[in-house]
Amino acid sequence: MEKYSRDLLCKLYTMMLRIRLCEESFVEPIVNSDVRCPVHLYSGEEAVAAGVCASLDKKDYIFGTHRSHGHYLAKGGCMKELVAEIYGKKTGSSGGRGGSMHLIDPDRGMMGAAPIVAGTIALALGASLASSIRKDNRVTVSFFGDGATGEGVLYESLNFAALKKLPIIFVCENNLYSTHMSIDEIRPNRDIYKVGEPFGIKSYRCDGNDVLAVYDISKEAVTSCRKGEGPVFLEFLTYRMRGHVGPNDNIQGSRTDIRPKEEVQEWRERDPIVVFEKYLVKNGVFKEDELSRFTKEIENEIMDAYTFTQESPYSDESELENNVFKN
Amino acid sequence: MSSKTRKMQYSLAINEAIRQMMDTDDSVFLIGQGVKSPWYVGKTCLGLLERFGPERIIDTPVSENAITGAAVGAAIVGMKSVVIHPRMDFMLYAFDPIINEAANWHYMFGGRSSVPVVIWGIINRGGEQAAQHSQALHALFAHIPGLKVVMPSTPYDAKGLMISAIKDNNPVVYIDDRWLYSKEGEVPEEIYDVPIGKGIVREEGDDLTIVSVSYMMEETLKAAEELCREGTRAEVIDLRTIKPLDEELLLKSVKKTGRIVIVDGGWKAFGLSAEIAALVSEKMFEFLKAPIKRVTIPGCPAPSSPVLEKKYYEIATKIICAAREIVKKGKEEIEALIEGDG
Repeated sequence: MEKYSRDLLCKLYTMMLRIRLCEESFVEPIVNSDVRCPVHLYSGEEAVAAGVCASLDKKDYIFGTHRSHGHYLAKGGCMKELVAEIYGKKTGSSGGRGGSMHLIDPDRGMMGAAPIVAGTIALALGASLASSIRKDNRVTVSFFGDGATGEGVLYESLNFAALKKLPIIFVCENNLYSTHMSIDEIRPNRDIYKVGEPFGIKSYRCDGNDVLAVYDISKEAVTSCRKGEGPVFLEFLTYRMRGHVGPNDNIQGSRTDIRPKEEVQEWRERDPIVVFEKYLVKNGVFKEDELSRFTKEIENEIMDAYTFTQESPYSDESELENNVFKN
Repeated sequence: MSSKTRKMQYSLAINEAIRQMMDTDDSVFLIGQGVKSPWYVGKTCLGLLERFGPERIIDTPVSENAITGAAVGAAIVGMKSVVIHPRMDFMLYAFDPIINEAANWHYMFGGRSSVPVVIWGIINRGGEQAAQHSQALHALFAHIPGLKVVMPSTPYDAKGLMISAIKDNNPVVYIDDRWLYSKEGEVPEEIYDVPIGKGIVREEGDDLTIVSVSYMMEETLKAAEELCREGTRAEVIDLRTIKPLDEELLLKSVKKTGRIVIVDGGWKAFGLSAEIAALVSEKMFEFLKAPIKRVTIPGCPAPSSPVLEKKYYEIATKIICAAREIVKKGKEEIEALIEGDG
């Protein structure tokens, strides 16, 4: 307990809650078709983004995936710009050009999210290479899912990172499904963390629904990277409460979730926010009414973000071909 | 620009561009397979490792996807990356970081991030190297919004375009041709730009326009010389950059001559020559006095057989024939020429 400051515990809890409530706020607009760009909700996986990003400094870099609302918020991205981006508004984090899958906030080290599976791993590799050339003592985190372990570029990147001892943390969020495929259908075993081992990379598996465990192992990885000890591979076991894309679909366009009900229920009971709440109350960090005050504050933040979005304009048609090149 | 120039080989002009840019800007670095091996990259990287050390001159494992991605990622966080592909055939492994990531990046993030990366690919024609070591794939990259594609044909442009490519805030695909590496020309000593997107008139003429780029400029100039002996004055344009195309220069010339032969070292179908032909017919139709002609390598992969390979790269003769056809020389004369050269 004393290991963690009240500030840190508060930060981890409120960040997870912000992500959850913000994610859940999209459900109704998606169902009503007010939000039409593909949205991959992060509900259920909040402990990973919150724990990993809390271990980083503002100057550190992260790169994300198609499912990166949580990464963006946890690294300090602005919620208003997130909501506006998902609605395609000019005030969105990418000016409405990217949508849910292309979030960015370079000033806070969120260097970009993109949905080509494993595509941003090599970009993160390059960011860490830049740090090693500049000796700027930054750490880069590459977030990717279990599906990315099927892509060759992951192994090329592991090899090069290990070879050059680059300050990069490979973070695999293993939610057991790559779109509609269970992990057992895409790999001969479930031991994803072991893919780092042949390259001599320090590799760990950790409960991705235990935010303190995520934070601890990430902190250790960051320290190791800053010392110049080379890359670290972290596999976090977690589960998405929602569909692959949209609120409840594993296959876009259908309303069926292919995951077994019992499995979903089992993971629901391990909801990282509920688990952490119990821990905080039990250990007397917060009283229950304090927790509900956080909820209220976040709900207000979300309302503000939606008001901001509603009041924001779309880009003018004349701007269609802007920004193909930087001048 | 200083008046001080000296004769220099094309490959050494590239070398000088990189050295000078790395001297003046700490954020420039070179990464890719073979940067410390003359066997891979000719003289283009001579002395760079010794001067800048292995932290900025990075030879790599054979991992085109990750290494190109790393160059792109480093550029995203503020470096000026140059990534080399000693055979551009291998660049196909890196389509994802080049196209999905680098080319789209600035647009898809609404201009909040940019990718100042030079993706350098060498065309390796000839040498009986066959299909996978000989390809000229510039058209694939020129198709993509967000990529600029430059293809210098002279030592002067090789240096100036490399400098411009490194200075550019966007992904630039720099494509050179090993058949040009020992070509000599005057090169200024200091740093200078050859602007991206600007072509140049190499020969002035009124009878027809011949437009080309990169190594095919050599064939084009040979053909123009022969045509000149016959009394046909060709205006020869070197595009230097194929994306964005210097439309103004090209169309001005076609407007003057009314005839055009387009010469490309890539394939005809859906390629550079198709693009230029479309552009000319869209914008200059009323000025055309003859059909547009295209001369390219044949529509098959490069063969290894010496006989077939010689035929594959027989371009100058075809240019002469195409030019004669549209300047309405006698048919028999053309046939005699084909037989004579064949």
